[in-house]
Parts: sequence; structure tokens; C-alpha cells
Amino acid sequence: MAEAIRLEHVTRRLEGEVPVTLVDEASLRIDAGECVAITGPSGSGKSSLLYLMGLLDLPTAGRIWLGGTDTSDYGEDERSEARLRTIGFVFQAHFLLPEFSARENVMLPMRRLGLYDEATIRERAGALLAGLDLGSQCDKWPRQLSGGQSQRVAIARALANDPMLVLADEPTGNLDSVASRNVQRTILALAHAQGRAVAVVTHDPDFAAQADRRIRIVDGRIQP
Amino acid sequence: MIRLLVDIAARHLLARRRQSIVSLLGVVLGVSFFLSISAMMRGSEQDIIHRLVDNAPHITIEDEYRNPTLQPVSQLFPRAVVQLRHLVPQTEMRGIRGYPQILDYLRRTPGLRASAVLSGQALASFAGKDRAIGLYGIVASEYAQVSTIRRYMVRGSLDELEANPNGIVVGDELARRMSLSMGDNLRVASTTGQVRTFKIIGLFHTGRSDFDAGQAFVALKRVQSMLDRPNRINTIVIKLADPNAARTEAARIERRVRYKTVSWQERSEDLMSALAIRSVIMYAVVGAVLVVAAFGIYNVISTVVLEKQRDIAILRAMGFEARDIEGMFLAQGALIGAVGNVFGIGLGCGLMAGLMRIHFRVPGSTDVTYLAIDWSPFQFLLAGGVAMLAAMIAAYLPARRAAKVEPVDVLRGGT
Repeated sequence: MAEAIRLEHVTRRLEGEVPVTLVDEASLRIDAGECVAITGPSGSGKSSLLYLMGLLDLPTAGRIWLGGTDTSDYGEDERSEARLRTIGFVFQAHFLLPEFSARENVMLPMRRLGLYDEATIRERAGALLAGLDLGSQCDKWPRQLSGGQSQRVAIARALANDPMLVLADEPTGNLDSVASRNVQRTILALAHAQGRAVAVVTHDPDFAAQADRRIRIVDGRIQP
Repeated sequence: MIRLLVDIAARHLLARRRQSIVSLLGVVLGVSFFLSISAMMRGSEQDIIHRLVDNAPHITIEDEYRNPTLQPVSQLFPRAVVQLRHLVPQTEMRGIRGYPQILDYLRRTPGLRASAVLSGQALASFAGKDRAIGLYGIVASEYAQVSTIRRYMVRGSLDELEANPNGIVVGDELARRMSLSMGDNLRVASTTGQVRTFKIIGLFHTGRSDFDAGQAFVALKRVQSMLDRPNRINTIVIKLADPNAARTEAARIERRVRYKTVSWQERSEDLMSALAIRSVIMYAVVGAVLVVAAFGIYNVISTVVLEKQRDIAILRAMGFEARDIEGMFLAQGALIGAVGNVFGIGLGCGLMAGLMRIHFRVPGSTDVTYLAIDWSPFQFLLAGGVAMLAAMIAAYLPARRAAKVEPVDVLRGGT
């Protein structure tokens, strides 16, 4: 399987009067088509690890390889470009922009990338939403959608630029059990049906059990 | 890309309609006040300068020297202390000597028209009424080329002075005060004691009551004779094709003819400085209105930045760059500035049209005066440009703050 992301001895430390180590010497590889569940107690560094993998945060030490390329020398703009083209984020709260409809939210990353004309982008966004059983919700505002629907729109938005890596931070944390199962199925399908690399932070042991691999973090360290 | 940023900016503003409308109103009022007041002040300034340039000579050669002529001994020993006693000043006839040669020289300059004038004081008498008047001796055909007096003739013609050397052209206010009519004979006594009778052959009305009540035009030869100054004049008035060249032309002419030569700019220096100061005060006042409007814009965009921290973070996570976020909030300032400009210029045009309809009578003038409004594109560009600049500066500070938002900090605390 092709390597999607690799972390080598990645450490993230917050300097200050009392330095705090968020992630300590983390080494990890996720391949395309693989879904990895990241578990651990609250405040153990799961989200921090996810932000480092998503190039939103910079490691204090160590290297991150994305699609076989070392990102150590990336500047701010190159990291933004890499996020735009190769990474999709899904958060616990859906974080849809309230001034844009479901379809328009999904269109945003595509419009920023600028590969297609407006009509094509609309069509692709509609197809992505339809693929997640949201074809009839395209023109609804985020406030008109249920929690599960909103989270699936957020997943569609994360997939807008066809990323090789999807990072999900407790995507089912705010959902009821039915919606949670729907979102879990959708996320697992991203890896197993679409061949993407997926890293999902979760507290749900059932969801973690369905992943291909499970990683546990305690006090910032990946447990053996 | 710009379209996307403008789209997001517009959605943010539309989501806060009331705040956006208040800040928009600030710009609309700012632009309209700026435009109308600036157009009125510039219009009046141009009107004043136009009157200065149009109604008065561009250059005047006077019968005096800017610096008094030195005695030969002082010229010979410029650094010596010289005392001359019992000097008897030479009594000579005052006026510009050799003026025909000077006129010949002047008329060889392209774009320059010149006319000789001999002016003096006189006493006009008619039907038992006496009035002191200024007597202007002119060659009508030449003077008409350097003056606008022909435009102000209400009866008769200035050119008749050439056909009728005993004719006189007076202001209509003088005629009214002395009960004069066309064809009446007016007795004029000069300061030398000579008395002549002139026939009224024309009336003018300039709107300046002092001029209309106190000036009279007569053939140059007659005035030279009445003032005992044959072959002398005391002023040469000059009009230029380019009035703005008056200062340099005057200096050149003075170097050549040596008589004091004054441009319209030099003659009106006090007025020009007063106009410049007035402009500074006016722009400071109307600019302050736009500064207040800019605070409104700053307020609404700052609020959006504070409220939209989570959206900024999610956009950064999507791959938007820091400069995209900055551009998005600058676009909000540009949108308020642009829409405010459209409505502000519309309202400003209405105010300008309204101001044009206001009419009043200035003390000292017999005519009804309207406010002069400058409708030149410069006014619109200035008002629009200043408003856009104020809007962009107001948007810049919150936009910079938005660009510096660390997405991780927001996402950690936002779930």
C-alpha cells in the first residue's frame, strides 16, 4: 500500500514558565486505504497529534512526510497549499459556515483551489452531497440541517478537493447513536471504498474497533 | 479567487445587516457631504479665480519702478556711504514714456494682447449733480481685446469711442444716480482744471456697484489732453492666451521695460493664500466626517473578526492562506466603501443640484448671485478616493488581526 503520511519522532512542546509536552516522540505511518483510530483519555494529545498531521501546527522536533514528501521545510503558504490539495478535516462540531448553504459550503475548498469553473464546482458539490444521501439537502442552510446531516456535509466539504488523507477529530462526539452510526459508516467507507488514508480521533470504543488499526495515546506518547 | 473573497465578505456583511447599514450610512453621508461641500468650495474658488483672471488684466505695467533709481554716484560706488546735499529733484511728467515702442515690443510676443490706458480722477456734473469718477482713457478697439467690458455693455457700444472722440461710456449705476440717459451731455472736469462736455454713447453693467457707479471710458487722446499728459499713459494692461504663464511673463517683461510689471497672481497673493488656507480648513472638516465613517467601518469589521474566529480557523484548515483571510476582511471594507460611494455620490449630486438653486444678493453687488458648484470629475474622484482610502484603512487593522489568528488555538478551545 502507498504511504500517505509518516511521522518520525515528532514532538510538540509548548514553551513557557512550565513547558508542556503535547506530543512526545510520536512515530506513525498511515497508508492509503487504511483507517486508523486514535484513542486515549481527554487531554492526552490526540487532537494535537491530528493538528500536526494536518500541518496546522508545527512540530518542535521530528519530521512529517506527506505523500512521500518531507514537509519540514514547508513555509506557511506551502502548508496551506498542502492542506488544500491533500488533506481533508472533519471536526467534532461541523463548523459549517452559517452564511452559506450546504452546497456552497462544499464548494468553498474547490473555489479556493480554482481548478474548475463555477458550474462544474456546483455540479461536483451536488454529486458529493448526493453520495452521502444529502442530495435533497443541497440548498438548505446549516441551521436547517440535523446534527448528523451537518456532519455529513462537513465530510463532503473535507472531500471536496479529493484529498488522499482525511483527519477526523471526534466526528461523532456530538451526535445521537443513529446519526453516529451513519457518520461512522461514511468515514470507514472513505478508507475502504475510496482508498483514502483516514485518521480518526474517537472516544467511542465501537467505532475504534471497526478501524483497521488502533493507536492509544497517553500523556502525548503513543503506547506500544 | 477575488470573487470568492468578495462573496464571503458580502455574506458576512449581509448576515449583520443592521450594523452594516449603519456603517454604510456613515460612508454615504460622508461622501455626500464631502462631495457637496468640496464642490461648493472649489466652485467658489474657481469662480473667484475666474473673475480675477477674466475680468482683470493678467499683467499690468505700471508707471513706476519696483526699486527707485540710484544716483550715479551710488551706482559707481555701491558699497560707499554717500551723502548728497541740496539735491533738487527733477520735475518730470509722470507716466510710461515711449509706450508705443513698448506696445510694439509686447505685441511681437505670440499669445499676448496689450492695450494702453491713461486713468485719472475727474468730477462729472449733470443737472446740478456732481460725482467724482475715475476716467479711463483707452483706444476702444485695443482695450476691447484685453478686457471683458464689451460683454457688459447694456446700451450703445464701446467702439463708438473711436468714431466719436467726444463720447463717453459710463456705468448704468452712475447714469441712474445722476439721472443720465443715452445722448445726454455730461460735463467732466479734470484735476488740471480742464472742463469738457462728453455725450453719453454707451452704458455698461458689470454687477460691481463701485465700478458701475464710478468709472467712465473716454478716448485716450481726450484724457491725455485733459490731464495735461500728452503722449503719456500710466498703465499697460495685458491679456495672455495662457493666464497661468502671467508670473513668468511679467518677470520677463519687467526685465526688458524696467517699469513695475505685476502679474494677477502677484496682485492677488493675499487672496490666493486665503483661498489655499480655506481649502485646507474645508478638507480638514469634510475629511473628519469620513474619519467618523471610517470608525463605523472599523467597528463592524472588528466585530465580524471577533465573531468569526471559528470560521477563520476552519477556512485556514481548509487551505486558505493568511493573506486570503486578510483579503476577505479588506474586501468587506472595500464593499462598504464602494457601495457607500455609489449612494453617497448619488446623494451628493442631489445636494449639489439643490445648492445650485440657492440664490442670494451679496452686499455691494446689484446682481443676484448663485452658488458656484464645481461638477468636474476631479471632485467625484477625490470624494470617492478619500472614502475608499478611509474604508480600506479602517478595514486594514481588523484584517491584519484576522490574518494572525492561529487556527489551532481556536480549534482547541472551540469544540
